[in-house]
Amino acid sequence: MTEILRSGLLQRALLEVVVLGAACGALGVWLLHMRHAYAAESLAHAMLPGLVVAALVGVPLVLGAAAGVLVAAALIALAARDTRVGSEVAVAVTVTSAFALGAVLALSPEVPARLGELLFGDLLGATTGNIAVACSLAALVAAGLAFGHRALVLAVFDPVAARSLGVRPARVELALLALLAVAVVAAVQGLGNLLVFALLVAPAAAALRLGRSVRGQVVWGAALGGSAGVIGLVASAELDTAAGASVALAAVAIFVVVAVIRPRSAAGPRRRSPLETLGAGR
Amino acid sequence: MSAVDVQELAASYGAGAPVLRDVTFSAQGGQAVAVLGPNGGGKTTLFRALLGEIAVSGSVAIEGDVAYVPQTERARLDFPVSALGVALMGAYARTPWYRRLGAQERERGTAALRRVGLEDRARDRFGSLSGGQRQRVLLARSLVQDARVLLLDEPFAGVDRASEQAIIAMFDDLRADGRVLLIATHDIEQARRWDRVLCLAGRQVAYGAPATTLTTQALEETYGAEIVVLEDGRRAVAQHHHHAHP
Repeated sequence: MTEILRSGLLQRALLEVVVLGAACGALGVWLLHMRHAYAAESLAHAMLPGLVVAALVGVPLVLGAAAGVLVAAALIALAARDTRVGSEVAVAVTVTSAFALGAVLALSPEVPARLGELLFGDLLGATTGNIAVACSLAALVAAGLAFGHRALVLAVFDPVAARSLGVRPARVELALLALLAVAVVAAVQGLGNLLVFALLVAPAAAALRLGRSVRGQVVWGAALGGSAGVIGLVASAELDTAAGASVALAAVAIFVVVAVIRPRSAAGPRRRSPLETLGAGR
Repeated sequence: MSAVDVQELAASYGAGAPVLRDVTFSAQGGQAVAVLGPNGGGKTTLFRALLGEIAVSGSVAIEGDVAYVPQTERARLDFPVSALGVALMGAYARTPWYRRLGAQERERGTAALRRVGLEDRARDRFGSLSGGQRQRVLLARSLVQDARVLLLDEPFAGVDRASEQAIIAMFDDLRADGRVLLIATHDIEQARRWDRVLCLAGRQVAYGAPATTLTTQALEETYGAEIVVLEDGRRAVAQHHHHAHP
């Protein structure tokens, strides 16, 4: 393993995945508390056309990802305004349509990047520029969570009284979704359109079982997210498996282990319809 | 000057017709006002109007800060926060976003919990407390907030008899501070306990001292067919719905 770690390629990939894993793990804790897991998955998947178009035009994928997220969010919000459609159907139709459109575009011969790289990422192909962008966006997410901590606490714990305490819950939710978009854009190049979701949700779900306070949960989320990155990447190098998929599997494995050790969540969010997230009223 | 002065208030959600109208009342510091009415009668709408959350016509003048104390089950009971953590939320609005809460705020939070008799439960998780204890923690939060006017949404819902008495004693304590309490309730007997009663049924039906305001006519206008006459002549509400926010 020492030899593996000496590889410059792997060192860059490790740096990127630890930073992304920590940011996604911390953000994921708040996403789960706000019951926005489905939003995370939707945004990640709906950006595929943006990625493909970026590959077609030859601009950085991160720009395509950002455009894809914005267009998807706008379409979801637009469709959900129609009460005959509703937010649940709006999210499902938009995500499915965007993903299908992305697949059609990606399979055209003009697209230089292979569909697999867009869907599953290319951690080992990370350039110094990719890492700089990912670190900057991850730092933005971390700063947003740190400075918005009290507003997030009120918006989650007591949204009815939050306004009388100086916080507008709807704005806080929008800000959190904006941070989600930033995190997804940051992580998609390395982890791909399909696998980024695992780093957002699995370490956070484990963290909810371990942390006694919400600050503790956020720290656990960051630590487990970074650990999933290291474990997955080293395993992929040792076993010669796909890097992004190995990281996603490591994240899920961490959750399973924690769930076995700590079967009862001290602070797990209640279940509700997963689609009360994006769309009308958000 | 009145601590709360409302004149000709009408409130609506969006561009629709007013869901509450013709509300005119005032309350002095130290008074407790029962806000009585059926579901959909406008109790929550009045509170939202006083908090500045919805557009109103007419005038609303309030002295000092307003705190909203929700029904405790409306808070997320699964959220990992201690009783002290909840009390400290009352300091959030006064603390710049870039500064951590300091020893001074923590002392205020602890003092507020002491005042509601829960200092020894400061480290307990909010969701693990009983309904009455949670209500007292939320009151401690409004003390840290140092609100002059407290809007209390069904504060006795889901609270046992002993806790109810403790909360009533606290209300007396808060009134002695010169604070104004507006207490939303369905319970006619509960409403008789306070200094004033405001009857709402989409509009203001009556306002004044309970002894002169809670007449048969006012109660029938407030509750319509829901009102029943008990054997001893007292009135009660036949159907006790769960409170619902519009």
